[in-house]
Amino acid sequence: MRTEHQSLIFELSKPGRVGYSIPELDVPEVNVESIIPSDYLRTEEADLPEVSELQIVRHYTALSNRNHGVDSGFYPLGSCTMKYNPKINEDVARFPGFAHIHPLQDEETVQGAMEMMYRLQTSLAEITGMDEVTLQPAAGAHGEWTGLMMIRAYHEANGDFNRTKVIVPDSAHGTNPASATVAGFESVTVKSDERGLVDLEDLKRVVDQDVAALMLTNPNTLGLFEEHILEMAKIVHEAGGKLYYDGANANAILGFARPGDMGFDVVHLNLHKTFTGPHGGGGPGSGPVGVKADLIPFLPKPVLVKENDVYKFEYNRPQSIGRVKPFYGNFGINVRAFTYIMTMGPDGLHQVSENAVLNANYMMRRLEPHFDLPFTQHCKHEFVLSGRRQKKLGVRTLDIAKRLLDFGYHPPTIYFPLSVEEAIMIEPTETESKETLDEFIEKMIQISKEAEETPELVQEAPHTTVVKRLDEATAARKPILKYSKQA
Amino acid sequence: MTFRYLPMTEQDKKEMLETIGIETTEDLFQDIPEEVRFRGRLQIEEALSEPQLVKEMGRLAALNKNTKEYASFLGAGVYDHYTPSIVNHMLLRSEFYTAYTPYQPEISQGELQAIFEFQTMICELTGMDVANSSMYDGGTSLAEAGLLSAAQTRRKKIVVSKSVHPESRDVLKTYAKGQHLEVVEVEAEGGITSLNALRAEVDEHTACVIVQYPNFFGQIEPLKEIEEIVHGVKGMFVVSSNPLALGALTPPGKFGADIVVGDAQPFGIAQGFGGPHCGYFAVTNKLMRKVPGRLVGQTVDEDGKRGFVLTLQAREQHIRRDKATSNICSNQALNALAASIAMTALGKQGVKEVAHQNIQKAHYAKKVLEEKGFKTAFAGPFFNEFVVELKCTAKEVNQKLLESGIIGGYDLGLSYPEFKNHMLLAVTEMRTKEEIDQLANVLEGLSCVQNISH
Repeated sequence: MRTEHQSLIFELSKPGRVGYSIPELDVPEVNVESIIPSDYLRTEEADLPEVSELQIVRHYTALSNRNHGVDSGFYPLGSCTMKYNPKINEDVARFPGFAHIHPLQDEETVQGAMEMMYRLQTSLAEITGMDEVTLQPAAGAHGEWTGLMMIRAYHEANGDFNRTKVIVPDSAHGTNPASATVAGFESVTVKSDERGLVDLEDLKRVVDQDVAALMLTNPNTLGLFEEHILEMAKIVHEAGGKLYYDGANANAILGFARPGDMGFDVVHLNLHKTFTGPHGGGGPGSGPVGVKADLIPFLPKPVLVKENDVYKFEYNRPQSIGRVKPFYGNFGINVRAFTYIMTMGPDGLHQVSENAVLNANYMMRRLEPHFDLPFTQHCKHEFVLSGRRQKKLGVRTLDIAKRLLDFGYHPPTIYFPLSVEEAIMIEPTETESKETLDEFIEKMIQISKEAEETPELVQEAPHTTVVKRLDEATAARKPILKYSKQA
Repeated sequence: MTFRYLPMTEQDKKEMLETIGIETTEDLFQDIPEEVRFRGRLQIEEALSEPQLVKEMGRLAALNKNTKEYASFLGAGVYDHYTPSIVNHMLLRSEFYTAYTPYQPEISQGELQAIFEFQTMICELTGMDVANSSMYDGGTSLAEAGLLSAAQTRRKKIVVSKSVHPESRDVLKTYAKGQHLEVVEVEAEGGITSLNALRAEVDEHTACVIVQYPNFFGQIEPLKEIEEIVHGVKGMFVVSSNPLALGALTPPGKFGADIVVGDAQPFGIAQGFGGPHCGYFAVTNKLMRKVPGRLVGQTVDEDGKRGFVLTLQAREQHIRRDKATSNICSNQALNALAASIAMTALGKQGVKEVAHQNIQKAHYAKKVLEEKGFKTAFAGPFFNEFVVELKCTAKEVNQKLLESGIIGGYDLGLSYPEFKNHMLLAVTEMRTKEEIDQLANVLEGLSCVQNISH
């Protein structure tokens, strides 16, 4: 990474420079003031940059050099499934017949796009063991909310208006309780036991006739499979509630287990995680939702169907929760996911999970002597270490993460799940070689030694990045959220 | 079978199993109860090699009529615009697209700075104080503006004009249901929000009034009068805006908007069958700490060097959990990057010129059609879209246009029964005079197969 001062694009601007080229106006020009009232004509120009094409190219190239992606190096960010993003996916998504079609074209003119969507939703239904899938939600959190809205509609259709609670484990992603709130529910936390799994007794305690749903990730955010899933499903179902599967961790179970077989009624998947989206620096994602038969009537509109080999969007769905997004979802991401599924096939996906889980367990066992491991059973695709041993030496998990930057790694997820002190959550994924894992393990061991011998080296890290640790407190206290010339 | 994305060899596997102290990988899956263990083989399509895959996906893509090969007059919220070649080149810098959310700022300065620049440019265009790092799209952004207004005013009634995109209104209604909010739609008259109807609906329970500018019909809403009505009851003034239009039109911020939302798709983002696009969300300083989604702020590092971080995270779901007012987690960073590159390329001069070309070309198209005897629905000022009455059904018209290499307009009767056999046409800078003339000629020469009734 280059460490020199990096200008903002606005600081490179000089009046008169341009970075675009469009044809001269070829229609007779009318005086714009004669067609638009003067109050509505902009007088003060939007102060966008004035730069040449090469300046723009250099600028964004320089910015990219100040960024770390999966292509730059190992990215064991737990819960995020930072696997390789295949290049062919990018090519396919840019085919004019996918990239340059309008969502409101006549359906006869976009049958190829609709066929792709149909085959994707059919594949996802099979992979998750669900009866039908909608591709409409734009991201995981959007899928959670969509699923909860459907569960609500289901209960209400049964004349059941008093189910106000959604149960989430204490280890759940923050989006789970937030989605529950936005869908109009109150969220109730269920505790984990000493093995990191949902405490069945506590679950029985919080489940009553007010429960609309239990939201669960399985494997959970500790990377552990909820072994008692069938008992849990029984408890919730007997109380009349539904089971919601957060697919954030689906990379562990492809072809090994299906949420639909575990008793889940609604599932969302993160196509940008398990199905190589890519992550895009924070999005766009795609969060399809699968449901069991009794929830099909509530799917968001429109529903893609196939009739006599013709694909159609069906709008006449009286019990639907309505639209959750304009048009049909993040189609471009869905194209990439389908391309990936077609690349791997049934055997490939099975091998994906097998290798992801093997990689995680290998790393866990090799790191176990050097860091605290709160949960010692086999993990699935990720595992959580605790940095409490190093904390006693004055080196916090944050410091360990920053030190990893010096070695060219993106650090693991830290301080999540909240239930583990000084958590370090590592997810290697299946696309990393053993050599890469070994190198990373060696660096982690080195850092654990540094914590004992030269703690300041870790505490003051990073030493090699383009900026050092940033003052986040001032950023929040006196926010500067845009460039202004006088500043 | 081996897969090119999976590097594990049999030797690797053996060594790893030994380290773990187990015999087979099957041992790692013993915690999955046998009753739920999937023992079959997934019934999905078999894997394809790369050349086979390219062929099959190429076949599917070729079944679609695309706007590179057809001249498109279809808009209605998604547009065919000029995208500078550099946009795609820069987007394919994989340090951007293969990165996660920039939670580790030291190795994410590129993404963070790009978002900071995006926020700045959105503020410039909309005339607002603060813009976030992006939302899923214009429709969900509009819905979140409704939720924010309700939370801020502690009121339950969201008033939205019928001249707002029908699909955005549908999304708003779904979001409102979750929060037990009431959505009231106000009629449009003459192609713009009826001020009388608006006055009749707006009261002290009104959390906000939402209008679109230019609206779904392409018309320019009287923001001045609407602002007075909504602020008269201390409601929030929410404007959904095509940001490209703001290259030529007075920004909503100047009219006192509290929240401006929309979609940055016109800036370098492919139509892509409706997504992913790039919602934006801009507010006044007063609402800064209430904005949904991620925000990037400027700060300094330990040496005093300028740097950027995700900030004001106390608003967000991963901190607030069930107290959060929005559950949004991801943004559309990569598309915000595309929009930033396109906005930068257009720059101060280009955004104005492109917006003006849209105005000129759309007005020319309207004039040509009127000269050929077509009735247009509205007389008010408009940006790059207008509504024309057809001699045949929109479906038939579009089929005929397609034969002439043209993707026609949006069948307005689909969402406005009163405008049966009307078409919403979008004319961007991409349409040449020749294409516009051809559109008019085809429309003029049509003889209908199906009789239509008005």
